[in-house]
Amino acid sequence: MKTENQKAWLFVLPVLALVAFNALIPLMTVVNYSVQETFGNNLFFWQGLDWFENILRSDRFHAALGRQVMFTAIILAIEIPLGVMIALAMPRSGPWVSVCLVLMALPLLIPWNVVGAMWNIFTLPDIGLLGYFMNNVLGVDYNMTQSPTAAWVTIIVMDVWHWTSLVVLLAYAGLISIPEPYYQAAKIDGASNWSVFRYIQLPKMKRVLTIAILLRFMDSFNIYTEVFVLTGGGPGNSTTLLSIDLVKVALGQFDLGNAAAMSLVYFAFTLLVSWLFYTIMMRDEE
Amino acid sequence: MAKITIDKLRHSYSPNPTGPDDYALKEIDLDWTDGGAYALLGPSGCGKSTLLNIISGLLTPSEGRVLFDGKDVTNLPPDQRNIAQVFQFPVIYDTMTVYDNLAFPLRNRGVDSARIDARVMEIATMLELEDRLATRASNLTPDNKQKISMGRGLVRDDVNVVMFDEPLTVIDPALKWKLRSKLKELHQKIAVTMIYVTHDQTEALTFADQVVVMQDGVIVQIGSPVELFERPQHTFVGHFIGSPGMNILPCEVVDGGATFQGQKIALEGKVVKTGQTTEIGIRPEYVRLSDSGIPATVRKAADIGRHTVVEMMTGGVAINAITDAAPPEPGTEVRLSFDPDQTRVYSDGWIATEVAK
Repeated sequence: MKTENQKAWLFVLPVLALVAFNALIPLMTVVNYSVQETFGNNLFFWQGLDWFENILRSDRFHAALGRQVMFTAIILAIEIPLGVMIALAMPRSGPWVSVCLVLMALPLLIPWNVVGAMWNIFTLPDIGLLGYFMNNVLGVDYNMTQSPTAAWVTIIVMDVWHWTSLVVLLAYAGLISIPEPYYQAAKIDGASNWSVFRYIQLPKMKRVLTIAILLRFMDSFNIYTEVFVLTGGGPGNSTTLLSIDLVKVALGQFDLGNAAAMSLVYFAFTLLVSWLFYTIMMRDEE
Repeated sequence: MAKITIDKLRHSYSPNPTGPDDYALKEIDLDWTDGGAYALLGPSGCGKSTLLNIISGLLTPSEGRVLFDGKDVTNLPPDQRNIAQVFQFPVIYDTMTVYDNLAFPLRNRGVDSARIDARVMEIATMLELEDRLATRASNLTPDNKQKISMGRGLVRDDVNVVMFDEPLTVIDPALKWKLRSKLKELHQKIAVTMIYVTHDQTEALTFADQVVVMQDGVIVQIGSPVELFERPQHTFVGHFIGSPGMNILPCEVVDGGATFQGQKIALEGKVVKTGQTTEIGIRPEYVRLSDSGIPATVRKAADIGRHTVVEMMTGGVAINAITDAAPPEPGTEVRLSFDPDQTRVYSDGWIATEVAK
């Protein structure tokens, strides 16, 4: 029989400890809350799967999930093609490369809550640059604290402004890794611009685009700070995305069991969709 | 298929060239007849790939013209020149099958599918890829990827010229021989003009009917492999082609004859011009170890299979001889004689002797 050296576990131990404290233990706490009813003075009562049943049947959860899926679908549909287009239009060499890269990286460097605050001021109808311009110069009635449509347009434009750069940078990295002879060969083979995109650029960008879609899906699906600072989930509940609703339940109402069950469902959903994306995108890779 | 003319071509990569050193190509004039197999041979950086890219239209020359059958194509893009080119490293369309890769240049030009099928099958059979046609190209070995690259270059039979830019760099030696002879075979069959760029003399000499030797952006000689070997027009050609290359010995020219180490050397003919430097060029194959002549000391003898290369020193200059006889021991004093009809004088690098007619 082969004797196995078990020492390797020792080397994995520090990582296990770290992951335990920053992920596993908090997660297990949430699991713990999700099956109990909580009262003050640390009184807990076993509740079973009631909270989960509750959540899955709740109209409020369905509505928040619907808004969340719509938000993520819209920003992915805009940011991915737009990011690829900008990356294609960027210069491959010369002094403008670094200028473009720095400009692209700027929005990514701004903290989430600052982004929210910036757009909040930017869109104020009386003093904000955009808000004033829309209302008083173009004559469009634009007030995101009153109109759900205006609020939605604003959070989408804000997210596109903040995160398209990430897609651009990833796509650009994929593009510049294509050696020049590929373009030369395509020219000689008589390939159209569309063929060059379809058969050379897109396949070479596939891996980075998969990463881009995954990152943008997960980030936008978990978005909280920017929307919270900008609209606070309103007007009404019109921009109450999943995480905003979750925080309202957990901290606003201090309904720990409900919130815990909700976050577990939320977590499972994110995990499932990410896995699906990845599997489908990588299906025909060897 | 076309005759290719290069007319007073110069190219510089810098936008405002000032001196001749700024030019990657310095005044090239060439005529390539229809259906020939040509090689562009030279060391790295001599401008051969630049010239190739100008012929294919990937580069626009700074000055001069490129003509296909007398028609000026200097400003036409590659796809309108009706050419094919194979690159140094495999270029394949990853997401396509082998068949689709080979069919791609034909489909882009609207060739009907029956014709595409016939051409693809023919090329795939020639390259021994016929049982892989349905495989995705990204799953192939580098050898086979390069075969596809070559196949895409060869699949169109209506091209003006097929160009190869060091296509066998990534192929392993055994397959190199095979592919080269396949190419040669194919060239004889379809008689399309082919230009083959390489820095490997064996590849150039075995593939081409005419070899263009380049150095520092200048064509130093155009000739058949035999001509390049037998009568190099420039010391560079003599040295670059041959293994080992031609011996180059500084000499003095007096009254149309040459003296080396104080001895008069018999030449193929009279020296007709002199310049700053004068040198004798003699291939090691024509240096004889004999009883009389120039004294030399043996340094080393290397067996290269059928022959032995003997390295010697004579008056501070290294000289090689190739001999079939048993080589002398290192340190031995020997005497050398040169075959007169293979001994030439070069002045400033260029041949300076003329054979009397």
